[in-house]
Amino acid sequence: MNGMGQVRPFAGAPAAGEPMVRIRGLTKSYHGKPVLQDIDLDVAAGSVMCIIGPSGSGKSTLLACINHLERIDGGRLWVGGELVGYREQGGKLHELPERQIARMRQRIGMVFQHFNLFPHMTALQNIMEAPVQVLRLPPEQARARAMQLLDRVGLAGKHGRHPAQLSGGEQQRVAIARALAMEPRLMLFDEPTSALDPELVGEVLAVMKDLARSGMTMVVVTHELAFAREVGDALTFMDGGRVVERGAPRAVLADPREARTREFLSRVL
Amino acid sequence: MSVTQPASGLPVASEVPAQEVVPLRHPWTWAATAVVVLVAFGVFYSVAANPAFQWPVVAEYMLDRQILAGLAVTLELTLAAMAMGLLLGTALAVMRLSANLLLSSLAWLYIWFFRSVPVLVQLIFWYNFGALYPQIELRVPFGPLLYGASTNAVITPLTAALAGLGLAQAAYTAEVIRAGIASVPRGQTRAAKALGMRPATIFRRIVFPQAMRVIIPPVGNEVISMVKGTSLVSVIALADLLYTAQLIYARTYETIPLLIVASLWYLIVVSVLSVGQHFLERHYRHGV
Ligand SMILES: Nc1ncnc2c1ncn2[C@@H]1O[C@H](COP(=O)(O)OP(=O)(O)O)[C@@H](O)[C@H]1O
Ligand SMILES: [Mg+2]
Repeated sequence: MNGMGQVRPFAGAPAAGEPMVRIRGLTKSYHGKPVLQDIDLDVAAGSVMCIIGPSGSGKSTLLACINHLERIDGGRLWVGGELVGYREQGGKLHELPERQIARMRQRIGMVFQHFNLFPHMTALQNIMEAPVQVLRLPPEQARARAMQLLDRVGLAGKHGRHPAQLSGGEQQRVAIARALAMEPRLMLFDEPTSALDPELVGEVLAVMKDLARSGMTMVVVTHELAFAREVGDALTFMDGGRVVERGAPRAVLADPREARTREFLSRVL
Repeated sequence: MSVTQPASGLPVASEVPAQEVVPLRHPWTWAATAVVVLVAFGVFYSVAANPAFQWPVVAEYMLDRQILAGLAVTLELTLAAMAMGLLLGTALAVMRLSANLLLSSLAWLYIWFFRSVPVLVQLIFWYNFGALYPQIELRVPFGPLLYGASTNAVITPLTAALAGLGLAQAAYTAEVIRAGIASVPRGQTRAAKALGMRPATIFRRIVFPQAMRVIIPPVGNEVISMVKGTSLVSVIALADLLYTAQLIYARTYETIPLLIVASLWYLIVVSVLSVGQHFLERHYRHGV
């Protein structure tokens, strides 16, 4: 944390043995229609959790609950040992003020299916924005770090481009660099390659693989089963807002226990 | 001359002579242009040569001290009313988009009212505010008086004009700004939130700059309307550009030339503003 004196420590690292993400009995509905039902999930620190499942099964909603982009209706959710979005008092959950939720989100990176880069800023400005505005990093320092990150995702020469002047794969790599600039402890990926032309998928997965190797804790919603098999430490299959099956990726993919998993895999493969 | 034929039977590219390309001609466009130019010249000549327009009088009053003072009032009023419209309009737009039902209903009510009543009526209403409330007081409820004054001391023609134009402008601007903010995709706010940015920062750094692209062209038009809209204040005897011209021709009976003087100044101001609008639009368009 050198040079980042203003950053408040993020709930500390989870205690030894404590998972980075712990979810217990999570439920969520939209307009009375249940979207997530009784979800239990642990993501060990430094591991890669892949989530697969048919469209509409609640994968995006689950990710959005982890950094409180969506409210939860029931259950508990901790990141780094800290309750997300709420304060527990007298057996009830009280929603935290937006300011405190924003502070929690600082150290949870998120990458979206449609990149969501800021179109009025260059690649470099996209990456510098949060460190300067949120962490109050001096611009020169934020700039140096952003240039390093661009280099790391293989875009060293393209810092001056606006998102509209970048390919989908390049945009997604800038989006990953933008999230990494906040030095997150946890990265959430929501179908990061689903909007890409097939020949651009590889370059984004390579960056993610590299990130996993560096020890980042990652939750990845994806349809790339090869990625899940090779990089994932755990695999969760969701359907109808529930966790249907989980286990080691190789085991689940090669020999699923549940009929619904088998059916889904037979359709995807 | 024998042309060597490749196997395909087609001539080799280097052997095809470079051909001149003749663009399609548009004879009717040229004919129409000629007619329009002739008509325009005829109109110009008849205006310039007609002594009834009294061009020497126009030239005499163009830089008249009184006219210039009126022009200054028009410009100041435009600037002040637009600034008020933008500030209050932004607040109204944010209220309108708020999840709080009371705030959004209040904004809706304001916009409904001030867009519905003619600005002319609003101007006269504010000018005569003293008849409704002779005394303006600001006091802590049931407590001490903080500020008190006679309404006629506060509501001068200038403040009445500002209130009438600015409050109505806010209602129009609010709708433009609301549409601009609503045009920014939700994913932008989500991405900014996910980075740990606070709502105020998200609005200032992410949403507003993108909304500006949508907001600037219509607001530019509103500024241009406002330049001319300020001429309504002649009903409350505020000496803007038009009212000054009217004051002069009421005395000299040189009605047409003085109206031309005023119109020429409106033309000049609007032209300058249009150029400014062009550059502002270009500034906010980049990156998309
Ligand atoms: N903002 C919303 N309002 C209402 N329903 C929603 C909203 N977002 C998602 N849903 C519904 O919740 C369910 C789960 O959606 P989602 O989490 O996006 O699934 P997935 O990412 O697995 O495709 C779907 O049935 C979807 O229609
Ligand atoms: Mg989804």
